[in-house]
Amino acid sequence: VSIHLKLPVLAAACTGLFGLAIGLALFYAPEDADQGLSQRIFYFHVPLALTAYACFGWGAWKALKYLRTRDERADLESYVAIHQGVIFGALTLLTGSIWARVSWGVWWSWGEDELVLFLVLFLFYCAYFMLRFSVDAGPARANMSAVYALFGVVLIPVSFLAIRLSKQFIHPVVFKLNGPQMTGSQFFTFCVCLAAMLTLFATLYAIELAGKRLDRSLRELKELLTG
Amino acid sequence: VASEPGRPHVTQSEKYTAAAYLVVFLGVLVYVVIIGSKLQRLQREVEQLVALVKEKRTDG
Repeated sequence: VSIHLKLPVLAAACTGLFGLAIGLALFYAPEDADQGLSQRIFYFHVPLALTAYACFGWGAWKALKYLRTRDERADLESYVAIHQGVIFGALTLLTGSIWARVSWGVWWSWGEDELVLFLVLFLFYCAYFMLRFSVDAGPARANMSAVYALFGVVLIPVSFLAIRLSKQFIHPVVFKLNGPQMTGSQFFTFCVCLAAMLTLFATLYAIELAGKRLDRSLRELKELLTG
Repeated sequence: VASEPGRPHVTQSEKYTAAAYLVVFLGVLVYVVIIGSKLQRLQREVEQLVALVKEKRTDG
């Protein structure tokens, strides 16, 4: 019942925030003196990456919940969160690659720790699906998926810190210990874009979860009627 | 390269920025299409179950 009540509110908030985010990113935020217009990719690229981290973190939290309670709902929630994380991760890699092409002149740089570690994180979670669907549905599959999701979450701080530990510094460092390296209007735009992206995740998560639960209920009903 | 007369000049930076925004939009759109097709499948299954229940009622 809660999903039916929340979903329209989430969808409306997501639409409103995205409209505002696009408007602010394209027309309100000042143009970067160094990179020019292409810097505006930042307003979607970084929130996409942070949302992917949030998805994987949420998936790991639900995996931990499953291991503690053995509740099947937590397993499904963990799976859906990781699925969302892979989608946001793919969009991060695509937008990052486009930004790299316009800023550095290359689509990809293997020498950049941040890029490679994010790719490792993305591929690690892609492999989650191979593992999950290679085992028949049941407690064994849920256990293996939960342990794998928990291992993967260790890569998130490594990926986040890599940019700060890297010696090459081609990839820009925006958030430092002394605060964000941008103007107030740029930071405000970034915060709205991040809120929009997180709301998009919440909306898509609720939609996919509702669909999966409906699918499961229908299968049970079919078995009851035909069995 | 000079743009043709009467046509607005679009820089490389503008093209790539538009492409990045378009990628996000298309990504969400593809997801909505996939979810839409899944919903259609679920709708068909519900219709099949309704038909099955009706059939059982008439038989019983």
